[in-house]
Amino acid sequence: MDDAQARRAHPAEEPAQIFKGFGAITRILRMSAYYRWRLGIGVLATVIAANFQLLIPRYLGAAVDHAQSLLAATGANPDAARDALGWAALMLLGAGMLRGVFTMIHNYQGEAIGQSIGYELRLAYFEKLQRMSLAYHDRVHSGDLMTRGMLDIEGVRRFVDGAMLRTIVLVILLTYGGYRMMSTDLVLGLLALSFVPVVMWRGSMSSLLLRRTWRALQERMSVLTRIMEENLGGIRVVRAFAARDHELGKFDAASSDAITMAMRRVQIRYSNAAVMTFSYYTAMGLVLWAGGHKIIQGTITVGTLAEFLVFMAILQQPVRQIGMIVNSTARAFVSGARVFEVLDMEPAVRDRPGARPLRLADGVLRFEHVDFAYGGDSGDSPVLHDISFEVGPGRVLGIVGPPGSGKSTIAHLIPRFYDPTGGRITIDGQDIRDVTLDSLREAVGVVHQDTFLFTASVDSNVAYGDLDADRLRIVNATESAQLHDYIAGLPRGYETLVGERGLTLSGGQRQRLSIARSVLLTPAIITFDDSTASVDAVTEQRIRTALKDLTRDRATIIISHRLSSLMHADEILFIENGRIIERGFHDALLALGGRYRERYDLQMEFGDDPGLGASAARPAAG
Amino acid sequence: MAIMPQSLATPVDPGRTQTPGAAGALSDEMDERIFGAAFDGKVIQRFAKFLWPHRRRLLVALGGVVAFTATQLSIPLVIRTAIDRALTPPGVDGDLLDLITLAFLGVIAVNLVATYVQETIVGKTAERVLFDLRRAMYVHLQNLSMSFMDKTEVGRLMARLQSDVGALQEFLDTTVTTIGDILLLFGIVAVLLSLDWKLGLLTLSVVLVLLIVRMIWLPMAKKSFMHARQTSSIVNGALAENINGVRTVQEMLRERANFERFEVKARDNLRSHLRAAKFSQVMVPIVDTLTGTAMAIVVVVGGNRVLGGSLDLGVMVAFVFYVQRFFDPIRSLTIQYSVMQRAMASGQRIFEVMDVPVNIRDKPDAVTLDRIDGSIEFNHVTFGYLPGQPVLNDVTFTVAPGETVALVGPTGSGKTSITALIHRFYDVWEGTVRVGGHDVRDVTQDSLGHQVGMVLQEPFLFTGTIFDNIRFCTSGATRDDVIAAARAVGAHDFIERLPKGYDTMLEQRGGNLSLGQRQLVSFARAIVADTPILLLDEATASIDSYTERQIQIALKRLLAGRSGVVIAHRLATIRGADRIIVLNRGRIVETGTHRELLERRGLYHRLYSMNYASFDDIPEALIKDATESSST
Repeated sequence: MDDAQARRAHPAEEPAQIFKGFGAITRILRMSAYYRWRLGIGVLATVIAANFQLLIPRYLGAAVDHAQSLLAATGANPDAARDALGWAALMLLGAGMLRGVFTMIHNYQGEAIGQSIGYELRLAYFEKLQRMSLAYHDRVHSGDLMTRGMLDIEGVRRFVDGAMLRTIVLVILLTYGGYRMMSTDLVLGLLALSFVPVVMWRGSMSSLLLRRTWRALQERMSVLTRIMEENLGGIRVVRAFAARDHELGKFDAASSDAITMAMRRVQIRYSNAAVMTFSYYTAMGLVLWAGGHKIIQGTITVGTLAEFLVFMAILQQPVRQIGMIVNSTARAFVSGARVFEVLDMEPAVRDRPGARPLRLADGVLRFEHVDFAYGGDSGDSPVLHDISFEVGPGRVLGIVGPPGSGKSTIAHLIPRFYDPTGGRITIDGQDIRDVTLDSLREAVGVVHQDTFLFTASVDSNVAYGDLDADRLRIVNATESAQLHDYIAGLPRGYETLVGERGLTLSGGQRQRLSIARSVLLTPAIITFDDSTASVDAVTEQRIRTALKDLTRDRATIIISHRLSSLMHADEILFIENGRIIERGFHDALLALGGRYRERYDLQMEFGDDPGLGASAARPAAG
Repeated sequence: MAIMPQSLATPVDPGRTQTPGAAGALSDEMDERIFGAAFDGKVIQRFAKFLWPHRRRLLVALGGVVAFTATQLSIPLVIRTAIDRALTPPGVDGDLLDLITLAFLGVIAVNLVATYVQETIVGKTAERVLFDLRRAMYVHLQNLSMSFMDKTEVGRLMARLQSDVGALQEFLDTTVTTIGDILLLFGIVAVLLSLDWKLGLLTLSVVLVLLIVRMIWLPMAKKSFMHARQTSSIVNGALAENINGVRTVQEMLRERANFERFEVKARDNLRSHLRAAKFSQVMVPIVDTLTGTAMAIVVVVGGNRVLGGSLDLGVMVAFVFYVQRFFDPIRSLTIQYSVMQRAMASGQRIFEVMDVPVNIRDKPDAVTLDRIDGSIEFNHVTFGYLPGQPVLNDVTFTVAPGETVALVGPTGSGKTSITALIHRFYDVWEGTVRVGGHDVRDVTQDSLGHQVGMVLQEPFLFTGTIFDNIRFCTSGATRDDVIAAARAVGAHDFIERLPKGYDTMLEQRGGNLSLGQRQLVSFARAIVADTPILLLDEATASIDSYTERQIQIALKRLLAGRSGVVIAHRLATIRGADRIIVLNRGRIVETGTHRELLERRGLYHRLYSMNYASFDDIPEALIKDATESSST
């Protein structure tokens, strides 16, 4: 464990990521090779334990011969036979004890390697997911990522201490024990091992089949999981439409798909296990028969036969485990591949080699002819086309447009959640792809429409981006976001637990918490991406007034479909189908009589943006 | 969450909000309980009900186990016979050896069949039982009242449907082995004593030592096993949170800090597992030493008696075989013990869900509703979620067939509860709710669902194509019906523009559609369902004005020819309704058309003249002022 920790100083060099391109099993084996001390001690202990274990048949055989010595009528001395029996008993006791001690060492080392590899993979997996760009997280179901992080890593771990080391034990017992047996009696030795080819053949056959069924079973189970999850998540819809039977039908179909595969797995696994056990017993029968005839012919003693039979009895447990080994290897093959698939991925957005920290001067953000498409150059139709603008300290840029026009994409490009497919984005003249991600994300803040709350107290959620923030700063931030009064009114105030298992906040409260979170960090460039959609217009105006001081010397971008939110901006971009089709300040755009004007009239007509009507009365708000 | 009745989402009693998970209907304590009794009669009993349908096959399997154990026991006996009758003087006999070998082959042939039969039958039955169990739990969840579902997190239910069922699988998989092990244990004891009771007792005395050692070991080991499992669930919880909040993590540059925190948890997990491994492994040399001791006893005592002629050599050899096998079942029973503990805890959690009573069920003589006229009648209805805290107080109103009524009022005034009662998500405390003249409690829930449609505030879409989502459970609907519905609500154009039109697969929760588009799809779904009554909870989040206009048009189409009860947030919707019911604190304050209410200059007028986009936007303080001044 400690050697593992020492190595972990450089997360990038984790063993989990070094052996790309190899098969899952190879990579797991190579990862285990990193624990050379543990592995060395474990294998050594295995060899020693096997040695002691193989002494047991020998001494038992000897004891049988001694006990039989009088019967054999060779004129043996009963006292000498008694002494020999005592000696054999002592050796058996010693061998048993030492075998136990070394087996313990071997088992412990095996489990330690397995757990350490599980630990390594878990850390590497966690880290990788943290670094993967949002494009990836958008695409992949979070339930799937959890299955990989929990069940698949567990599958790999179990392979290490269950299958890998047990295979070593089996190989040592078979080769070393086989050698000893064959040197005692070649024919009996060969007969004793005659089951090995059968076991190997069936084992590898079923391994291939099991691998396939494991994969198929996993896929079908995840469909079933998704169906149940959606049903429970959307239970109101299900109830509202009296769709119980429909939903049960979906469940049953997926369930019977999964059960077919589960049955196939059981069938393959156990029919093979039965055949393997049978071949083992057949070998035992052959030893008994051939050995018996050799005794009758007088070429071996009863003790030798007993030795062979006890040796075979020792093999019984490992042979029984072969089925398990094959099963868990097949599982590790599938699970390992699923884990390594994630570990091998390169985040689409990452520091360029030689990236430097952003040198922040005034904090001027420029978009220069930016194009963007989600699937990359060749992929889907472009989302943004030829977007250019500049926003500097103390200035406010407003962006408005119909849904799907690409507004939010702009917000995502600034902290490099995605990279543009054309043109460039600069801050104080530096292309944001040339600076380190950390320094970039420190300089820019984006407040989103939806917010994730961590299961933690309110204050640690507000101070999520700055662990050192004191209460004063936290309160300042929540006051600006018009959330302080609510929190202060809670019985436990800022200590109140929120998140999945805590207090439920309303959509507007969550958005305000999100605003507080970003405000606390005082980024040089701050973007509000529809971040007040669920906050009422009046509170929004209060928030803006409160933020005025704060944003005085910063660049601000406001993306909204509520015109009152951005009508006071220094420049407003109207975006449609990824292009800027109108730009200017509010009055100029109204005078233009284009899309902006149309939209303004529409909102006035519906009267759903009181901020517009009220703007005359409250000129300073904004 | 937003559609949850306010009284549950944020309980009125401030003390309650402070207890994390207080709203959860499944006990927290239960979730944490990982180790308990290894045997719980109640769980076993409940479980047995699921095994009962498979009793014939299980009986066969049990026969297999018995046969299997018998063959295991007879192999050393066959060897003993060979040694005593055919291989040692005076009875050296090659022909007899051949016969005995044939007998051996017979035994292992039985063993083959028995192994195959018991393992495949049990393995398959186990899978089937688990799927049955999962289905039973799932079906039960479909029948439980909304008040339970509202209070319970999906994640917790999923954990029970998946992890707990999984724990039982592990248990069932190993149960046969356990039964076999126990049988074998008793078998070996019996055979040892019958072969030679003195030597047998002497050998078995070693087992007493093992039992004493285990009694000391178990409580210590248990603690370390429990800790290991707890750290595992902490690690998995941290991973889940980081996956779900990844955007915030990246944005706030928390990667390093989170990694460090995770590393501490992961290391703690590693350490506790290694500690548990030490505890379980320490038993290995003890058991092996005891095995060695037992063998030494056989060799010294047995060997001397063979020398003295009072014991057959074959018996001594058979003893050696039995002693070797004797500790295997004990060892695997030790492992089985923790599997059983886990299974019992999981079983308790599963049956806890299945024991949640179904509060709302069809009466035995419930009527199946046929196409009704669409009238709704509330007659002195009082209702609440928590005892003593009514959310609706003596509410009486009617909705005529074809009429659209807007429910208006501040947050928590009882609007959502009214719609929930029409659909009988809950039962009233007092009074009656009638639909088409029938008390909702007198009709089958299924048929009620076919008369009362519902559009939720947050459109929920399922994985599948747009077509599947619009048609949903109206299996009789044709493609033309679906397209006509989409056209009616103005969704056809944007659907056609999608890469595969109606056959476009939706991403997780319809992620590839905008909120407004999802809403239109959910409208289309309601049109296809074509119910005479429609309950509609309007979205609060402000939507783009273009979409807004489309939605307003769609709303009119949707409500045409139906009775509608709309929880209205937008002034445009409110003004468009035939009648407005103004609610406050669970009572009807005013009712009338927009114009009438404005003329009355009551609460509605006050709220309206505040010029807010929706009544939900109005800050608490202002509402308080408005209600107080209007009541004076």
